[in-house]
Amino acid sequence: MEVRVANVRKEFERFPALHDVSLDIKSGELIALLGPSGSGKTTLLRLIAGLERPTRGKIFFGDEDASQKSIQERNVGFVFQHYALFRHMTVVDNIGFGLKVRHGPSRPPAQEIRRRASELLDLVQLSGLEKRYPAQLSGGQRQRVALARAMAIEPKVLLLDEPFGALDAQVRRELRRWLREIHDATGHTTVFVTHDQEEALELADRVVVMSQGRIEQVGTADDIYDTPNSPFVYGFIGESSALPVKIENGEIWLADRPIGLQAPHAPPGDATLYFRPHDVELLDGCSGCIAGTVAASRRVAGTRRVELEIGGERKRVEIELPVDHPAAQKSRVAFRPGRWKLFPAA
Amino acid sequence: MTTAPAQAGWRFKQPSVIPGFGLTLGFSLAYLTLIILIPLSGLIWRSAALGWTDFWAIATDRRTLNALEISFGTAFIAAVVNVVFGTLVAWVLVRYRFPGRRIVDAMVDLPFALPTAVAGIALTTLYAPNGWIGKLLMPLGLKVAYTPLGIVIALVFIGLPFVVRTVQPIMEEIDKEVEEAAATLGASRFQIITRVLFPGLAPAIITGFSLAFARGVGEYGSVIFIAGNLPYKSEIAPLLIVIRLEEYNYPAATAIAAIMLALSFVMLLVVNLVQTWSRKRYG
Repeated sequence: MEVRVANVRKEFERFPALHDVSLDIKSGELIALLGPSGSGKTTLLRLIAGLERPTRGKIFFGDEDASQKSIQERNVGFVFQHYALFRHMTVVDNIGFGLKVRHGPSRPPAQEIRRRASELLDLVQLSGLEKRYPAQLSGGQRQRVALARAMAIEPKVLLLDEPFGALDAQVRRELRRWLREIHDATGHTTVFVTHDQEEALELADRVVVMSQGRIEQVGTADDIYDTPNSPFVYGFIGESSALPVKIENGEIWLADRPIGLQAPHAPPGDATLYFRPHDVELLDGCSGCIAGTVAASRRVAGTRRVELEIGGERKRVEIELPVDHPAAQKSRVAFRPGRWKLFPAA
Repeated sequence: MTTAPAQAGWRFKQPSVIPGFGLTLGFSLAYLTLIILIPLSGLIWRSAALGWTDFWAIATDRRTLNALEISFGTAFIAAVVNVVFGTLVAWVLVRYRFPGRRIVDAMVDLPFALPTAVAGIALTTLYAPNGWIGKLLMPLGLKVAYTPLGIVIALVFIGLPFVVRTVQPIMEEIDKEVEEAAATLGASRFQIITRVLFPGLAPAIITGFSLAFARGVGEYGSVIFIAGNLPYKSEIAPLLIVIRLEEYNYPAATAIAAIMLALSFVMLLVVNLVQTWSRKRYG
């Protein structure tokens, strides 16, 4: 089911949590809402579910305006960070709950409900635990039950609010891979919220980066990582370094020297240059490059991270070098960013 | 190697880093013995001196049986009423924010603090045939004061805080997300309450019930004013004990007390078993 969020604004007691947000989610897509806390990502998810009502704007499921429908009528599967399982029900009863509370002919017979529940239990790889109570399961198992419960009602969209947030790193990675498999097998349109960029980039078809109640950028993992469209996205996704520069005659100048990068379309004046610390080209001489004094050097996993002081203002930037690179021993290093982007000076 | 002692089965004490197990357990046992066990065993000892035939005669006396029936019956009805309305009051206090909520919250505790005799006299004045409420009920053929119905009303008053104060904290702990989860799964408001919230509250409600019930069985001060105390009709067992005492008929008094003790013990035990069972299920 396609989901379309159209110019939605949400205020909590006059405080705006979302400003005029629009988003198209394709049918069968796995999409991540990524952002720091307070960015409005959970609010957006809850608006799609109907757990909150928009102050302005509409939400469409297909061609249908869902904003007027109650939560019960929307038929969405929602998975909470802290599972929200029914403590007094067995695993099987938890999963079958959504079918049991239906009325009239849409309610399947008890036997059918049980069959569906054990089918889903197979899908989430928990067969054999039918008669357990939530208190007797581990965190990862509980979250799988929660997912099975949400899928039991054949939801139009599956919404997950930081589904792995309460789990430890190991289980988290495992469930991540497993969620992707389930999504590929069932084809539900799925939206999940996370503040973990690795999770978002690895799992989702498209990532929606949010900040301060606005959508900053929507795109695939490659788009987001390689061509961030704002300083926020550059800073939030992956590592980044920034330098204040000046544009003159279509060339980028650092203090009084050009650094050998052309920016023919940039307006002249002050700007900020962003680049990835690992995406740099080391140079010997320095006619058109960025040169700096090594201030610190740290070994981080497979690379060496070098902090450089640039120019008279001793502005610090980080670059990454291979562990055995001779430049790390020198006191001065010259480099030029590979992929970079200019933003107007803040 | 025969040095390791067999550690199988139940052990008297779990090893713990927190000291003082021996001291605190010893103190607790001594304290409970002094406060509860010695007086109660004195009661049983005195009634045992009575001899089986005499005891049986007192126990099966019509007046005794009626008094016990009235005591336990009215306490039961009052506890049921309190469970329903006490849970409702707790719900309103936990779920809604309204002006004066704190005052209502504090008011719930009044029956705890008020001398029960004061409560009894106040209720009697209200419900007597010429009282404010009694006057309105009279034309409907409803006589409250000086009947078992009056006893029920006094016990409802006395027992209310027990239910509210046991249910309220559990209700406050209910995770809002559980309700939201049920709603997204299509459950109506009514289904959420009956299928999700209520089962979670059941253990607390059972506790509240047993406390209100136990309090009702033992209540004396407020009841004797409103009950009218007609033998066979509206005379409660604690009052019958006092009457026997005033007649210097100590064996009869202790016999009735022993029966009340046994009945209360059995009922509280049953409630406790129900509770253990539900705890085991709901974790």
